[in-house]
Amino acid sequence: MHMGSFIKHPKDFYAGLMYALIGIGAIVIASGYNMGSSVRMGPGYFPTVLGGLLVLVGSISIIRSFTHSGEAIQRFYWKEIFLVLGSVVLFGLLVRGLGLALSLILLVVASAWASDKFRLRTALILAVVTSAFSALVFVKGLGLPFVIFGPWLGL
Amino acid sequence: MEILANLSLGFSTAFSLANLFYCFVGVVLGTLIGVLPGLGPVATIAMLLPVTFSFQPVTALIMLAGIFYGAQYGGSTTAILVNLPGEASSVITALDGHAMAKRGDAGKALATAAIGSFIAGTIATFLIALFAPPLADMALKFGPAEYFSLLVLGLVVSIVLAHGSLLHALGMIFLGLLLGIIGTDVNSGAERFTFGQPWLADGVNFVVLAMGMYGLGEIINNLEKKETRDVMAKKVSGLRLSWADFKQILAPIMRGTVVGSFLGILPGGGAVLSSFASYAVEKKLSKNPIPFGEGAIEGVAGPESANNAGSQTSFIPMLTLGIPSNPTMAIMIGAMMIHSIQPGPAVLTEQPALFWGLIASMWIGNFFLIVLNLPMIGLWVRLITAPYHLMFPVIIVFCAIGVISINNTEWDVFMMAFFGFAGYLFSKLECEPAPMLLGFILGPMMEEHLRRALLMSSGDFSVFVTRPLSATLLAVSLVAMVVVLLPAISKKREETFKE
Repeated sequence: MHMGSFIKHPKDFYAGLMYALIGIGAIVIASGYNMGSSVRMGPGYFPTVLGGLLVLVGSISIIRSFTHSGEAIQRFYWKEIFLVLGSVVLFGLLVRGLGLALSLILLVVASAWASDKFRLRTALILAVVTSAFSALVFVKGLGLPFVIFGPWLGL
Repeated sequence: MEILANLSLGFSTAFSLANLFYCFVGVVLGTLIGVLPGLGPVATIAMLLPVTFSFQPVTALIMLAGIFYGAQYGGSTTAILVNLPGEASSVITALDGHAMAKRGDAGKALATAAIGSFIAGTIATFLIALFAPPLADMALKFGPAEYFSLLVLGLVVSIVLAHGSLLHALGMIFLGLLLGIIGTDVNSGAERFTFGQPWLADGVNFVVLAMGMYGLGEIINNLEKKETRDVMAKKVSGLRLSWADFKQILAPIMRGTVVGSFLGILPGGGAVLSSFASYAVEKKLSKNPIPFGEGAIEGVAGPESANNAGSQTSFIPMLTLGIPSNPTMAIMIGAMMIHSIQPGPAVLTEQPALFWGLIASMWIGNFFLIVLNLPMIGLWVRLITAPYHLMFPVIIVFCAIGVISINNTEWDVFMMAFFGFAGYLFSKLECEPAPMLLGFILGPMMEEHLRRALLMSSGDFSVFVTRPLSATLLAVSLVAMVVVLLPAISKKREETFKE
């Protein structure tokens, strides 16, 4: 029999699963810390209690998902997720070596691609303007600690 | 008259040239993000936090607070003109405000919102001046047991007032509490949940979390919805109210102020709930021949006053107890900590100029909003239709630059991306991020007070119920929990939030 036929409330089921798994994880990891006692709570005390409470909430949510019915989970927009978050991660990887100016251009173009209305030309113009503005205002003006042109460029 | 002395200290602080200027910048920026689609005050304050590093703490807080209440102002403008509430607190304004705009009374609706907000803001300022000092005095006498019980009450009330499922709100709070203790334990020096990574030793930065969930997560959510914005009135005229109009809205404004001021203090309350509650009250009391939902002016006046009063009084628990009542207050606490001010009852006695300066600036900011924004309405109308596909990459840029400049580490960028995904996932599962954010801020405090209370009672848990004040706070929490769980009330609660 397929799992789906048991689960009447997918949102409650998966949210419950998330709470329970994180709760179990917290208890397992916190078991490596000193529990202490009620008088002198060790570093493991509070997280273990919280982990237990999360498992409890998670279990209730999972059980409820078999008895109550609810809407299906809406689909994930993977292209948008990948482009928006991926471009941010890419920026983090490149900003030191490549410098702020070029990594921002990449960030803007890659993230703008996530929209239906993406046009390369508009995105490039937006990228150059944003990059120049940021370099001037944030680095030159406010003195935030970025290199505008990084060491990889060999300038 | 201590209150007058306090307020005059406040106004003399707020009237310095720099503070006036940044108050102005704050409210204009706030209005801007309120008007622009898909950018909320939490993400904006998080983004602009690094810009304020070099400011005096009071100046930084004045500007950030201005963004908060300015955003509500801008949010009501879009609610009235395009039926798209810019902020959650203006959802209710859209009902009658937009109906008025359709009828050709957009100017009247906007003026009502502005005047209502201003009157409510003025009264709320006085209420803060009146009630904050005694509350802080009381809080100074709190022992760890009382503080722990107060935090429990705060979290319980935030669950009760949260939209959606109670169970999920509870789960998100525990999740937030757990996230909050990542990093080095202040007592034992043990590193918890850091997986041996040095970049986690200081814990998760609040700004990283907030920008990920409210900045990036929201952007992906917005990209899913393909909406278009049509402005109802390209030219707004008739921004004046007649004496008869004014008489009609005065009572709703006053009632809205009372409702909002009260609900704003409660955790999880604040502006959103205030406006909903006020709308319900006005609907019951209305004698207007125009039914609610079809452009009744009271339906704009009441909620708009309530949300402004609520947003101002939500500063009371934040400033006097160090307890945030909504995500924006949580980020204000983050801002205070970055400026090395520990929020709590001591702020009032140790930093009176900061405390009263901030309060006074809110009144000045409201004044700026009414004087400057009504004439600038034409500009805001044009911004309402700003193309989102050009805006969101710029928001991402600000988030990325902002997040890296806090600790100057790229790990914060990666963590922000992670929380962006988490925020998106939570919205798919209908788990609200707000309770998690409150838990995150309160987690370390809660553990510390629990530890101290138990140390003092030699590990006896009964200390929480034998001390009268602590017992009262816990009893109230219990009653609140039981009341929402009663089937009849929980059904009604669901209906209220759906409406």
